[in-house]
Amino acid sequence: MRFKNFGVLATVALLSACASGSEDKGTTSGAGSAATAKPTVSAAATNVIAPGSQEDLVANVGDRVFFGYDKYTLNDKSRAILDKQAAWLNANPAVKIDIQGHCDERGTREYNLALGERRANSVKDYLVQLGLNSSRVRTISYGKERPVAVGSMEASWTQNRRSVTVVQ
Amino acid sequence: MLGLLRLSIKWFHSIVIPLAALFVMPAHAELRIDITQGSVKPMPIAVADMSGKSSVEKKFGRDIARVIATDLERSGLFKSIDRKAFIQTTDALRSLPRFGDWRVISAQALVQGRTELVPDGRLRVEFRLWDVYAETQMVGLAYFTIPDNWRRVAHIISDAIYKRITGETGYFDTRIVYIAESGPADKRKKRLAIMDHDGANHRFLTDGSSLVLTPRFSPELQEITYLSYFGNLPRVYIFNIDTGRQEILGDFPGMTFAPRFSPDGKTVVISMAKGGNSDIYTMDLRTRKVSQLTFHSAIDTSGSFSPDGKKIVFNSDRGGTQQIYVMTENGKSVRRISYGKGRYATPVWSPRGDLIAFTKMHKGRFFVGVMRPDGSGERLLYEDFLVESPTWSPNGRVLMFFRQSKSTPDGKGGGSRLFSVDLTGHNLREIITPMDASDPAWSPLIP
Repeated sequence: MRFKNFGVLATVALLSACASGSEDKGTTSGAGSAATAKPTVSAAATNVIAPGSQEDLVANVGDRVFFGYDKYTLNDKSRAILDKQAAWLNANPAVKIDIQGHCDERGTREYNLALGERRANSVKDYLVQLGLNSSRVRTISYGKERPVAVGSMEASWTQNRRSVTVVQ
Repeated sequence: MLGLLRLSIKWFHSIVIPLAALFVMPAHAELRIDITQGSVKPMPIAVADMSGKSSVEKKFGRDIARVIATDLERSGLFKSIDRKAFIQTTDALRSLPRFGDWRVISAQALVQGRTELVPDGRLRVEFRLWDVYAETQMVGLAYFTIPDNWRRVAHIISDAIYKRITGETGYFDTRIVYIAESGPADKRKKRLAIMDHDGANHRFLTDGSSLVLTPRFSPELQEITYLSYFGNLPRVYIFNIDTGRQEILGDFPGMTFAPRFSPDGKTVVISMAKGGNSDIYTMDLRTRKVSQLTFHSAIDTSGSFSPDGKKIVFNSDRGGTQQIYVMTENGKSVRRISYGKGRYATPVWSPRGDLIAFTKMHKGRFFVGVMRPDGSGERLLYEDFLVESPTWSPNGRVLMFFRQSKSTPDGKGGGSRLFSVDLTGHNLREIITPMDASDPAWSPLIP
């Protein structure tokens, strides 16, 4: 059930990402479960992916990392994804990115705006540490305003506590 | 985005004339409700349709009486008696109440009045509040206004009745600014909206093209400060209700959020994020001078002034989890005040100064509660899956907040509605809005 849903989501996202590419379209890849990453790749394979594009990042690197409840620290899995992002950004030097910070619904609105800002900056700081020029990065917090998974349950909250790297 | 709507609130020019008591009785035990008690037995009150000569005047009289009855009933302090039970007719009431007729239907208080369109086009509304058992007039006033303002006159009369019977200032002639929500959870459209406290005269102030959050009134109500993602840059804005103009507050490099006016309206307290860290700042609206109040690596946000403007209560996780702290208006003498179990957020100082309302999170549940400014006397007034963002009635007796329901993975549920509850924890009421609603802010009494 879950698997099927994500397949549909990913296809939609890839089509619309060509048009704007500026927003988090609800794709899931990166540090998500293997089950969610697969359909993204297979759907992407049917399109021609431009190197350095959002589709490229989603399909071949992973555009997001996840955080614990009320946490903004990176774990080993997150750092592995971000290592790949840093290499990808290095290989695509013209690319500038926005890092979005997001939270689950179980916090107050204003605090979550601040927490999302912390998460986005954790990712930015790590990428800059790896050599990314900070002028290529902007951060933006959406707090709990833009969940990617709907449903008041841990499975959704886990996916919503995230940062998403978006090609500008 | 600019100038979407012009909406003036300065159009109300009323003249208030005290009406002479029709007759005076010796001192007696007064009709009175003590609203500090836990649970009040509502006082039975009869609100008669106001009389008028023409059919237009009669209609104003009927409509005004019904708004008054609804206001009083919703306060939880009064029980409005069904008008079908009334014995004395509106026409007969034009001379004097037959008190026996009102005692028979158990009315303790009676509201009667008269409407008249005067030759210059204005509407004259007079009312009298009677103590049915003592057979005395408790208050009598007359108002002149433009006819379109009849609802405001009704609310002003409700406030006068509330004040006469409880001894406290009312809260009926007020407005609510809030966020109207529509669309699926992952693409929620949010618009700034304003309405009377009872949901009437609802208007949208923004068109939904930018995400907007957390609006708050200035003390004189001409301005609303709020957060907008206009141009994908989350910043604090000020919306001028008279002109419809929206203006960014200051020139800040990072996200600004969580704005609130000072009680004198001259300053706005905000949070700003810099390198991922949020601290509290104030901005003087006249000189544009910005002062940083907190210098801490923790999240400091949701600042709210005390009614005398001398202190600021805020939210910080400097102790490890979100808790409530108080400091002076220039950032000195920071002191933690919340020590209960769980996380505490969104502190708001009561207009009376005696309490601080907050959101509390504990074991996956959300609460709205109050504590004294020294942190003592914590009382939780409401609990649910997600309740947040209390805002005070101007008399400090009622709290409004929003409640979001659980959602399911197929997108069902997740709705968000406004509710009010008395400081006593009783009298929970939904505030009906045309669509989902969050982040309410209750205005002061309309000047």
